[in-house]
Amino acid sequence: MARLKIEDLQRIKEEHKAASTLREGGFRAKITVHMGTCGLAAGARNIMSALLDEIEKSGVTDVIATTSGCAGLCSREPMATIEIINNPPVKYGSLTEDKIRRIFKEHIIGGNVIEEYALVIGSETAY
Amino acid sequence: MQKYRANLMMCAGTGCVACGALKIKDALKAELKARHLEDEIQIVLTGCNGFCSNGPIMAVFPDGIFYQKLKPEDIPLLVEEHLLKGRPVEKFMYQEPDKKTKVPAMKDIPFFNLQVLRALRNKGMIDPEKIEDYIARDGYQAAAKALLHMTSEEIVKEIKDSGIRGRGGAGFPTGLKWEFCSKVKSDIKYILCNGDEGDPGAFMDRSVMEADPHVVLEGMIIGAKAIGAKMGYIYVRAEYPLAVKRLQIAIDQAKEAGLLGENILDSGFSLNIEIYEGAGAFVCGEETALMRSIEGKRGMPRPRPPFPAVKGLWDKPTVLNNVETFANIPPIILNGADWFRSLGTEKSTGTKVFALTGAVNNIGLIEVPMGIPLRTIIYDIGGGIKNNRKFKAVQLGGPSGGCIPESLLDTPVDYESINATGAIVGSGGMVVMDDSNCMVGMAKFFLEFTAEESCGKCPPCRVGTKVMLDMLTDISEGRGKEGDMEVLKDLSADIINTSLCGLGQTAPNPVLTTIKYFRDEYESHIKDKWCKAGVCKTLTTFYIDETLCKGCGLCLRACPKGAITGEKKQPHKIDNELCVKCRSCYVACPVKFGAVKIGPGNMAVGAESK
Ligand SMILES: Cc1cc2nc3c(=O)[nH]c(=O)nc-3n(C[C@H](O)[C@H](O)[C@H](O)COP(=O)(O)O)c2cc1C
Repeated sequence: MARLKIEDLQRIKEEHKAASTLREGGFRAKITVHMGTCGLAAGARNIMSALLDEIEKSGVTDVIATTSGCAGLCSREPMATIEIINNPPVKYGSLTEDKIRRIFKEHIIGGNVIEEYALVIGSETAY
Repeated sequence: MQKYRANLMMCAGTGCVACGALKIKDALKAELKARHLEDEIQIVLTGCNGFCSNGPIMAVFPDGIFYQKLKPEDIPLLVEEHLLKGRPVEKFMYQEPDKKTKVPAMKDIPFFNLQVLRALRNKGMIDPEKIEDYIARDGYQAAAKALLHMTSEEIVKEIKDSGIRGRGGAGFPTGLKWEFCSKVKSDIKYILCNGDEGDPGAFMDRSVMEADPHVVLEGMIIGAKAIGAKMGYIYVRAEYPLAVKRLQIAIDQAKEAGLLGENILDSGFSLNIEIYEGAGAFVCGEETALMRSIEGKRGMPRPRPPFPAVKGLWDKPTVLNNVETFANIPPIILNGADWFRSLGTEKSTGTKVFALTGAVNNIGLIEVPMGIPLRTIIYDIGGGIKNNRKFKAVQLGGPSGGCIPESLLDTPVDYESINATGAIVGSGGMVVMDDSNCMVGMAKFFLEFTAEESCGKCPPCRVGTKVMLDMLTDISEGRGKEGDMEVLKDLSADIINTSLCGLGQTAPNPVLTTIKYFRDEYESHIKDKWCKAGVCKTLTTFYIDETLCKGCGLCLRACPKGAITGEKKQPHKIDNELCVKCRSCYVACPVKFGAVKIGPGNMAVGAESK
């Protein structure tokens, strides 16, 4: 590491913001890729890889990606749930790598739900 | 930067490493690779997480799930279920004693959520071998502020206003110490860090040095600027190899980054820091002895004054502070004295780290606001007494401290209140004892330690501790006499008043407090030749109460000497000729029967059930 100047301390902190967000919380958006057996079989792993690639390329530090089990609609896997703070969650189904990349750019970054891919907007209720 | 979707914070503190954390890490690495998850999920080795009794420990972020007592064979399931499919695995989670449900999130476990992390704020959150991780959590911002925007007087004032007192044991106000030294004129001054941590059972400072070594350096940089020192030493015992290694890595990284060495951050201020490895003598933690030791001489204390602030290392003005004291300095500079005072009491501000151990369910490292009652620490954070036994005493301050009984459990943990009990806050050792501990034996244990560690320079300590130890040995072996307690108290007063350094001045405390609060135990040892806890072997006879024995055979199977006989469902019997008084039968007998009893040492064989 080269000799640091005072500005560098702030720069390094910013560069590591993504890791801090992951460990400390305070994220703006969370994307859950459903990875039950059905999701995995339908290619959820590739969805996750494409998503992580987009996050990395964009340089955003307040978005986290995580996994959870089957979302209950196995025929529409791979699926992902997007939760942006102060917005209702949105579920997307029948994903492809291209679709998740577009969702990342337009929904997560741009803030516009892509209705043609969306399955549900808002949490499903139990009754 | 590589984007990960999850971080596995794997505790690699000494405790977890000892119980196999590195094997878990290898298993995780292999499993992540096998499932092609290595680019998505990062393993981070952290310093001590604190919940040492439950290691190996791993926290998974962003979910904040806490896993404990992991075994290599658990890893494939954990990776598949949680890390792949997102379903946290209950069976590796924490369960509160006496409760049926698992607690998935670290923030919901009482052991963690009653703590306030300041000195330990980075524990488990950073890789201690990466300076970037430290900087990412505001590291070196306080040093930058102190070096570029504050005068020496302003730093001293902030620290004085914060009210922080030294965490190494004596509780001397840090700001005052810095002020004395800053006013002494000298072109050479030294700043020293005390990482000797000689109290048996204490591991607060080790954990800070292992988990967050840069915070020690940053605290020292700020202190150096305050007093005007250009050279610093960290005195660490060689028995702390991991702390030494991580501190050295931190020093090398800080030098390379220009945070140590010449003209730090272009401020014009320069400081070098070196590690000095001590050989692990308790007395070398005493400030004047520590300085002699760094000079390469035999570590022995000398009379004060002159105080080290005037004449310290190589007779130059010197400030010595404890590891935890330094760890508290950067946030004070960043957030201000009022922020620091917002926790704690009027005279004991901020938080204190304790090594909680002994008969409690949750053993480990905790940081709590000063002023918290002992009861909260032991019953809420500590999860109460293990195996449903009865609380007897809590020992604070190690060999310089004392025992506090049940009746004083609501005492707030601050310097004045704890001193009033006869114990001391000390450096943070907190040993909880239940009814199976003998208080005379406990006092003897610490006296053995101080008598052994006394450097021998002054007779009150050298001879006095030995005489006291001999008396305690006599009492615990049945040679105690009427009046012994008075002699012990007299001797204690003399040793306290006439010893040269803190070692002798505090060595009698464990004896004095046990006499004060557990006088009846001394009396039964001296008069009845009976150690009711069954610890002092000469003063104990184990026997079985035939009216209570159900003949379950547990004691019989537990006895290593075959001293117990009896038919199934018939009362058993202990042959006292064969019995070696190992307590196995006493421990094995179910609490609901309580048939194995402890009688006095000279109890006639065969008279047990009278
Ligand atoms: C026998 C003896 C052993 C000591 N051991 C330690 C020790 O291991 N660590 C420590 O920080 N202070 C120890 N001290 C206290 C130091 O002398 C000194 O007060 C302290 O390091 C100052 O730092 P502080 O003001 O930040 O607490 C010991 C004192 C005595 C008398």
